[in-house]
Amino acid sequence: MSEKACQVLIIGGGPAGMSAARAALAGGAQVVLLEAGDALGGQFWRHLPESRKGGEEQVLHHKWRHFNTVQRELRDDPGCEVVLGAHVWAIERPDGGQAPAVHVMVGPPDGADREPRTYLPQSIIFATGGQERTLPFPGWDLPGVYTAGAAQALAKGERVAVGQRVLVAGAGPFLLPVVTSLIRTGATVIGVAEASGWKRLAKGWLSRPWELAATRSKAGELGGYLREMVHHRVPYRAGTTVIAAHGEESVESVTLARLDADWKPVPGTQRRVEVDAVCVSHGFVPRTELALTVGCTVDAHGFVVVDDQQRTSVENVFCAGELTGIGGVDLALAEGEIAGATAAGTQPRASVVKARNVFRAFAERLQTAHGIRPGWQTWPEPGTTLCRCEDVTVGEVREVAAATQARGLRSLKLTTRAGLGPCQGRTCGRNTEEILSSCGLLDPGRTARRPIAIPVRLGELAATTSSQREETP
Amino acid sequence: MRGPRRLPAEQDPVRPKDSGPVTITVDGESLSGLQGQSIAGVLMGNGRQSWRRSPRTGRPRGVFCGIGVCFDCLLTVNDIPDVRACQRRAGEGDVITTQEASDV
Repeated sequence: MSEKACQVLIIGGGPAGMSAARAALAGGAQVVLLEAGDALGGQFWRHLPESRKGGEEQVLHHKWRHFNTVQRELRDDPGCEVVLGAHVWAIERPDGGQAPAVHVMVGPPDGADREPRTYLPQSIIFATGGQERTLPFPGWDLPGVYTAGAAQALAKGERVAVGQRVLVAGAGPFLLPVVTSLIRTGATVIGVAEASGWKRLAKGWLSRPWELAATRSKAGELGGYLREMVHHRVPYRAGTTVIAAHGEESVESVTLARLDADWKPVPGTQRRVEVDAVCVSHGFVPRTELALTVGCTVDAHGFVVVDDQQRTSVENVFCAGELTGIGGVDLALAEGEIAGATAAGTQPRASVVKARNVFRAFAERLQTAHGIRPGWQTWPEPGTTLCRCEDVTVGEVREVAAATQARGLRSLKLTTRAGLGPCQGRTCGRNTEEILSSCGLLDPGRTARRPIAIPVRLGELAATTSSQREETP
Repeated sequence: MRGPRRLPAEQDPVRPKDSGPVTITVDGESLSGLQGQSIAGVLMGNGRQSWRRSPRTGRPRGVFCGIGVCFDCLLTVNDIPDVRACQRRAGEGDVITTQEASDV
């Protein structure tokens, strides 16, 4: 197994990671950029593979030219090593100020004989991004119910539309580019259901309007999506959501309901709509497992706490992008640049620090306007699936919590098996935490804590240790 | 027509390059897609929405998150089990076994 020292190691090749790499290189550092996929760009700039490269790929993207510029710069810079197919599975932090050891398997996803590597970086920048949070409702595990991100990934990366007659539901401005992508992939979008009502949307987006002037590019982007929706006559309904999906083997229809300010369905407002796919995104959560393994402090919402230079609570460890708060691409680019410059021992540009602060305020608006409200807990029925991997229902978790009066998240996980399947609680973790805490769980844990960050085959681990033994004199 | 579908290249505003076909075998059936597609992309491009069953109640599963987080889309590729179909590119001649076909 190869061990390699490096100056700045960046984990995650999306907007934040690319921006960090570029800034660290500009600061004179030698950089290794690890990306699990086989292309840079992350979910935001997910695109067709080189073999199918689109002539007009910008029709699905924002800042596409910027992506191409940065990608070219990173490729051409001899100080930058981009490692694709790099799956980080563990990080060890030895005591006594030595460099942390970052263990990576390089090769195809879920491969059986990938190349083990270990990096010994002076600084680490985590740019592992976020993932969607989908709240459970009856039928949410039927095929044909997708996260909005799945619809986006299949449209951008495959040119596959998830359905022909699609409803987009959830909360937040991310629903809008998904509509555009679906339309441009040949689907008919029958509507957008935004859970937050107009009153709350106005509070989030219309207060202190002078501050929004600094985020003109964002407003322009959102305006473009809205124009497309108007052009295609896609209705946008605020204060409305999908509270059930129906079908035998796949989704055939959904029930929409109006929601009150707490996201509780308003009685008598339900109606059935025929669809062959529904895309749901209620918000985003950070992918913090690696940051947690090195001991970074997180806030009450699970975001990694950083200072003005994107430093975490752990020395020489930085975070940028959705890990520190959900703010979108502009914030990710700014945070990445600040983290990269600082990790290289240089001062970030004043203009980018200002941009970061502006877009942080934007992120706060996002939370005010679209943040998840507790009324969602009335959507699932006792028999509704909570943990998709282990088939654990909402009712089972509530019963076990009540019967055992267990206080620890870990013991409840072991009793119910929620969060113990292949996804390791990535999908149900937050929902399980919230349901348990409303059952009086006094000892909330963080379901994102996992010493082994991704599933690794035992054969690959055995190969790693035997090659280590061979190296021992 | 219902369900997932790949947009034919001649209708595609993105104007993807013709990468040529890729053929895989899924539970003995030959399915074709385009070079560079993921296994999930090939399955869904052929209209398939599910290929797995949940462990206790046997409910159908396919792609849910599409970005490698949920592990709903697992299948066996050339005898290697538990591969995420949304993450793995389809290789010419790949032999796929889904859990729906095996006795699990």
